[in-house]
Amino acid sequence: MTSLPTETTGKKLGLVIDLDTCVGCHACVVNCKEWNTGGYGAPLSDLDAYGADPVGSWLNRIHTFEVTPEDAPAQIVHFPKSCLHCDDAPCVTVCPTGASYKRGEDGIVLVDEDMCIGCGLCAWACPYGAREMDPVENVMKKCTLCVDRIYNDNLPEEDRVPACVRTCPAEARHFGDLGDPNSDVSKLVAERGGMDLMPEQGTKPVNKYLPPRPKTAAAVEPKETKTKKLDSKGFLGWLDKTLEKL
Amino acid sequence: MGVHDRDLNKSPHVSDEVRKTTCYMCACRCGINVHIRKGEDGQPKVRYIEGNRDHPVNKGVLCAKGSAGIMQHYSPARLNKPLLRVGERGKGEFKEIEWEEALQLATKWLEKPRQEDPRKLAFFTGRDQSQSMTGWWAQQYGTPNFAAHGGFCSVNMAAGGIYTFGGAFWEFGSPDWSNTELFMIFGVAEDHDSNPIKLGLAEVKRRGKKIIGVNPVRTGYNAVADEWVGITPGMDGLFILALIHELLKMGKVDLDYLLRYTNAAYLVIDNPGGADHGLFARDKAGDILVMDRKTGKAAKHSKKGVKPALQGECKYARGKVARPVFQLLAEKYMSDDFSPENVTERTGVPVSQIKRIAQDLAEAAFEKEIVIDQPWVDMKGEKHDKMIGRPVSFHAMRGISAHSNGFQTCRALHLLQILLGSIDCPGGFRFKPPYPRPVPAQPKPHGFAVAGKPLAGPPLGMPRGPEDLLLEEDGVTPQRIDRAYSWDAPLSAHGMMHMVISNAHAGDPYHVDVLFMYMANMSWNSSMNSRGVMQMLEDKDENGDYVIPKIIYSDAYNSEMVAYADLVLPDTTYLERHDCISLLDRPICEPDVMADSIRWPVVDPATQAEGRDVRGFQSVLIELGARLGLPGMTNEDGTAKFKDYADYMANHERKPGVGPLAGFRGKDGKSHGRGEPNPNQIDAYIENGGFFEAHVPENAKYFKHANQHWQDWAVEMGLQDGPVENVFNLYHEALAKFQLCADGKMEPVAPETHKERIKTCFDPLPTWYPPFEGEGIDEADYPYHALTQRPAAMYHSWGSQNAWLRQIHGANPLYVPGAICEAVGLEDGDWAEISSHHGAIKVPVKRMDAVNVNTMWTWNAIGKRSGAWNLDPDAPEAKKGFLLNHLIHELLPPKSDGMRWSNSDPVTGQAAWFDLRVNIKKASDQTGPTAPQFPAQKKTKVAPVNIEYGKEWN
Repeated sequence: MTSLPTETTGKKLGLVIDLDTCVGCHACVVNCKEWNTGGYGAPLSDLDAYGADPVGSWLNRIHTFEVTPEDAPAQIVHFPKSCLHCDDAPCVTVCPTGASYKRGEDGIVLVDEDMCIGCGLCAWACPYGAREMDPVENVMKKCTLCVDRIYNDNLPEEDRVPACVRTCPAEARHFGDLGDPNSDVSKLVAERGGMDLMPEQGTKPVNKYLPPRPKTAAAVEPKETKTKKLDSKGFLGWLDKTLEKL
Repeated sequence: MGVHDRDLNKSPHVSDEVRKTTCYMCACRCGINVHIRKGEDGQPKVRYIEGNRDHPVNKGVLCAKGSAGIMQHYSPARLNKPLLRVGERGKGEFKEIEWEEALQLATKWLEKPRQEDPRKLAFFTGRDQSQSMTGWWAQQYGTPNFAAHGGFCSVNMAAGGIYTFGGAFWEFGSPDWSNTELFMIFGVAEDHDSNPIKLGLAEVKRRGKKIIGVNPVRTGYNAVADEWVGITPGMDGLFILALIHELLKMGKVDLDYLLRYTNAAYLVIDNPGGADHGLFARDKAGDILVMDRKTGKAAKHSKKGVKPALQGECKYARGKVARPVFQLLAEKYMSDDFSPENVTERTGVPVSQIKRIAQDLAEAAFEKEIVIDQPWVDMKGEKHDKMIGRPVSFHAMRGISAHSNGFQTCRALHLLQILLGSIDCPGGFRFKPPYPRPVPAQPKPHGFAVAGKPLAGPPLGMPRGPEDLLLEEDGVTPQRIDRAYSWDAPLSAHGMMHMVISNAHAGDPYHVDVLFMYMANMSWNSSMNSRGVMQMLEDKDENGDYVIPKIIYSDAYNSEMVAYADLVLPDTTYLERHDCISLLDRPICEPDVMADSIRWPVVDPATQAEGRDVRGFQSVLIELGARLGLPGMTNEDGTAKFKDYADYMANHERKPGVGPLAGFRGKDGKSHGRGEPNPNQIDAYIENGGFFEAHVPENAKYFKHANQHWQDWAVEMGLQDGPVENVFNLYHEALAKFQLCADGKMEPVAPETHKERIKTCFDPLPTWYPPFEGEGIDEADYPYHALTQRPAAMYHSWGSQNAWLRQIHGANPLYVPGAICEAVGLEDGDWAEISSHHGAIKVPVKRMDAVNVNTMWTWNAIGKRSGAWNLDPDAPEAKKGFLLNHLIHELLPPKSDGMRWSNSDPVTGQAAWFDLRVNIKKASDQTGPTAPQFPAQKKTKVAPVNIEYGKEWN
């Protein structure tokens, strides 16, 4: 068993994901993979990459759901999902070797791959399915919040954000300190009614999701308006009067 | 544990060098930073690709495709060496040959038609991003038979726009994202253009403004839109014209804008049966007339002080009668034909929604007017204190254009924009440089091939009217192999690549000697009737010779088309090549920025795989041009004028001072737009991040179609040589001329066979008519619509060999509306048989409700031929993926007279992919694979099993 940090700075780095603008394009998914396969720990491998059943490990995936409300047409919601860096992370406490841990200084949940025995308990414990066993390396992979980018002196300062945030074309992903109520991300969560994913699990996720804003249904009635007929009292009369005013 | 508990290198080495170039994972052409790091073998390897923050197109972001560039570059489907066919066509059996042998062979095959009949070379270049060069090459060779893929892509969108207002969406214009109050997007499936639209949607959302998505399928952009219009395919024109009907009835049109910038007041001759019916009334000097409101008399439209009428009837020139365009327009669109009540059933859009959206448009345009304090002067010399905008914007792409009524539908959408006064104003649609560029500023098409001589001008262009058709002396027979610019498709501005193989096979209008293609998967997902096309490429004549005698093909990967080539010229990947994204071609500008860019070899192919011996296609083409002695590519002493494409990019001049790249011109590299060639130009681009940009002056940013400052700047920058008048064509006189040809009143007279459809479809005012395929079948047999859309994470077939992208889209189910599933008894995972008038396919089914109730759909070009792209023959792409192409014929169902027409728009020749009508039933055999299946294509290389990319750096 592994303990959660007893001392913390109060800093809770995480992501705010806007379900109102996510178009499900997978940019975050692929850019994450290309950054991380050459980055933290073992590569994100692909088994049978050109074969009949290709399977790779990914740290972030997009799930697409169809919602069918009773009083409105069916709609699609794109739902990007990666580790939520929970405050009460069951994947940490379940780890038999201490490989899975949460950093006291910023709240990021990581796997120390040298200590990981690939038992897979953490993936079972995670209610979000946010961890994946690498099919070739047999080591547990998960979102690192790009810990090798966000503090990296070799990158320009503006690029010190997770790869998924840096690349998202729809600006649906935001990165910051959710432990600081005055941070941009905390304000965004407050303004937009940001939500925890499955709060009943008691994991206290740091990442937040912003809900889609309400849609206009096709059946909403138009306003009453006066319309004109194509005659001298109607449209043609209006036409001449309007032209005179120009 | 404490706060600082474990050792962790938080600043690991990222890369040895960052090289900035241009993406080619789709047609968006974003700027990318390619991080290069030494690999295990000591050679430079791609560590990471990210968006270039400084680049005007993507401003730093990068999509899934762009982010998967590493897997594209190192794909095991890459071709490494020129290939000569040794087995029968279609099998994929080749031997590797040296470049010298390949070039000698190609030169020999190309030499004969050039000397005898240059039309016998059909040179079509698919998803080419170098058309200004490949088109120029065709011109120098002397064949009119050149085009890229526009004819089967979105020519209706380009032609509909350019003929109407001298611009179009995507490359030629975009919404004013930062000022618009209401944005409507029609028929765009997450591409064209990819990242700028996503950035724009984010901006509109951030500003809290409304987005309306019009699309039969509610995925992607339509999923995040605030309102969805689940339209029935092919009915967009009817929906748009109903919006216009409502706006006119509310009196919500911008009359001042119409008078200033359009032909609303031009007088149209009313003389049914006469040779001038439908033409503009002109005085003896040829000036177009309007009716003076005060006097009721005709006056020159350009006369100072004349106040033109928009309604009524004008008698002029001895009893002739003419009426203003706007009068005809109001009569047409205010009629009950276009009332919401009369279109609701066909469009699938509720009356309430049509009326409310019309009100939303009117409210945003006229009650939320935007004023920018920026004085400007128009081309008539009138000074304006401010720029006043109607902040309603639109975008549309293939969904509305890939129909046989697409040209008129695109025109209808632009008419809507113009009536609202929202073209190139704050908050509306904005031109991107070098546009606006109306038809008079575009080249005409050129034919009339002469043995051994270049064409008089570029093969492709914009005909002004019937006089510019490319017909033989009989006035009927097409000059071009694809029948472009003939009566079949008079305004086929991008050619008709989808007809080339079937016409060449049929010898109609003639047979060819050589089919030379680049980057076009014509034996698979880029053709209608793929199985038929494969057969045509394999067919032999009575002598045992192939009906299409020689096929030369260039591609970077072992695509389905490679198997049909006699000679394969292996192209580089996009990270190994020179390219110019030129203003002479398909530009990458943004409304405020004139820009162009390059690709350059950020890695050397020789270091990227053992035995890799590939050359960029454009360099090969230049060398072939020199070997053939083509003008422009050969010096007087017969030697090659350009060493390679890079040399051409820097030193070719299309006219004095204007070349493929606009930036860093002049000997010192300090001139922009115009200037002498700069031998160090490519280096200057590399130093600048792979692109060049110049910012449009503040007073030239809007109303470019009529803005004197814009005209001056455009001339200074070499975009045009003088002022260009741009009158928006609500009514298009060229279309009226074609109607007169169909009536036998104007030369050349249209053939009997074509008269009726020209009269119906060439309405000078935007119109709607039912899509052709639906008219040719019994609706009871094929009650449903079927279409494809491109996923955001895959670009055509290119992505299929990409180890990462194929894990996202490796197979494609058919998404079937819930009501149809229930009616037919289908559940998720079932197999269904889909049939059309042309054929049947077997596919896996997935139920979906967020879709038009009569429309089933799937992702585009996921299905692969077994073995192609060096994938396992049992890959999901081959066994669970499929193409709708097998249901779509290049010809329409036979008519009663036995004629079979091309399945294309009758005006532009655009392939009518989305007219497809189908039926569906549960398949009798509920096991896979998908059908049809084809014998496996032979692999050119064995792919690795597993990938652990980047392991050496961990």
